[in-house]
Amino acid sequence: MESCGKVRPPDTIPRIMSEMIEVRDLVKNFGNFCAVDHVSFTVARGKIFGFLGPNGAGKTTTIKILTTILHPTSGTIYVDGHDPVREQREVRRAFGIVFQDPSLDDELTALENLELHGILYSVASGDRKKRIEELLKFVELWDRRNDFVKRFSGGMKRRLEVARAFLHRPKILFLDEPTIGLDPQTRNHIWSYIQQMSKGENVTVFFTTHYMEEADRVADEVAVIDHGKIVTQGTPAELKERTQAKTLEDAFITLTGHTIREEEASSKDRMRTMARAWGRR
Amino acid sequence: MRAVYILWLRQLKRYSRSRSRMIGSLGQPLLFLLALGFGFAPTFSKAGGGSYITFITPGIISMGILFTAVFSGIEIIWDRQFGFLKETLVAPVSRIGIVLGRVLGGATVAMIQGTVVLIVCLVAGFRFDRTVFLPLALVFMFLIALLFTAIGTSIGSVLQDMQGFPLVMNFLVMPLFFFSNALFPIQGLPKALQMIVRLNPVTYGVDGLRGSLSSNHGYVFGVGQDLVVLGFLTAVLLAIGSHLFSRIEL
Repeated sequence: MESCGKVRPPDTIPRIMSEMIEVRDLVKNFGNFCAVDHVSFTVARGKIFGFLGPNGAGKTTTIKILTTILHPTSGTIYVDGHDPVREQREVRRAFGIVFQDPSLDDELTALENLELHGILYSVASGDRKKRIEELLKFVELWDRRNDFVKRFSGGMKRRLEVARAFLHRPKILFLDEPTIGLDPQTRNHIWSYIQQMSKGENVTVFFTTHYMEEADRVADEVAVIDHGKIVTQGTPAELKERTQAKTLEDAFITLTGHTIREEEASSKDRMRTMARAWGRR
Repeated sequence: MRAVYILWLRQLKRYSRSRSRMIGSLGQPLLFLLALGFGFAPTFSKAGGGSYITFITPGIISMGILFTAVFSGIEIIWDRQFGFLKETLVAPVSRIGIVLGRVLGGATVAMIQGTVVLIVCLVAGFRFDRTVFLPLALVFMFLIALLFTAIGTSIGSVLQDMQGFPLVMNFLVMPLFFFSNALFPIQGLPKALQMIVRLNPVTYGVDGLRGSLSSNHGYVFGVGQDLVVLGFLTAVLLAIGSHLFSRIEL
């Protein structure tokens, strides 16, 4: 694929401040490679939004741009009314994130990991203690709070990360394949935590996944991205209707085709493989 | 400020919990102290250099600090690999704050390691005769720790994975240690070697430490020059380290 070339003139749609995420004509080039190609979408406040697409479609790149980790080549982006490039600090306060790979400190206990997060996000000490207890009880890890994270199973680590992401009361939660590699029980639990928190504290959720039945069940709205472009956006029911498919998975395959996507392994992927081979130290 | 503190505390906790690391990094200095310290002692005193253990102790302490500090800095690669780095990089905290917490934490760990080596040296027969200079010795130890944690941080910010680690050990850390005045006096060295030793920052750390610990060997360059050179390089490397760290992309 080539780079996205000339940037099109901006859309004429006025900026709507009431939306949690607003993306217009987002472009991201890596050298000559166009990873995100004039993508536009909005996510309404309080909604659970699924961002679906095959491997290498541009999902993670988009999340990285929305969460200030990566700078876009061009385009207009607002997260909670703030620009992730110019108002990094405000955007960072507004979101919580669960990354695709674990991002806990294995040598610390569950409690210490949350403490550290609370301090990094300047949650006041009294409130922090209460909130940590409440969240650890909520994800059923309170009894294990003083255990080192390295003793935790994959599912427990995930639950802890979900608790951590909610700790500083974000307005929006980003989840990059939150249930990958987990058993069905844990997956259901994770989603029920997220749904309850989203409802209870009015948190917008932006997630990616490859499990279409999950997206169908939990998402209020989904967008399908492929080759860096948004293919379609709507409620899961609308997508199924449009493609005359029985399941969201069928709709997804109709929209994105049958070909397997080959991604070139980045140094990150190689490292991930190595980290797995080393058995988490 | 709270962020700097909690990241500093994290390094200390990780260090204190990893007994194998603590004992493991004592192994090398101990080996040098016992084998070289006692092995060369007769020759050294016969040549009129006095007690070799007294001479070599500041070098061995510096070695302990140097190795631990570089390793602490390079730990960024582990954090990158095990994902924790991301957690800090998306937090609403400045990169300078993060790097400061990390470097101070790493330097503190290296200081503790250096102190443990000092105690081991005392057991092995080292005696310091300048008690009033002890605070100055601690200042030198901390400067060495800070400088090399900053160097480790710079390297760790650039390297993508641990594959490059042996390269750093064999082509940077080892030469820095051997081409310094840690094991032998600088006076009377062949010209070329003396040049290299004089250009090596470790030399000024060892000289400062040696002068502060024993009157017998004293400062070769003078305490002022040692402090200025070391302080200046530490400031420069801290700036480079922060810059490279702030450029890390995930």
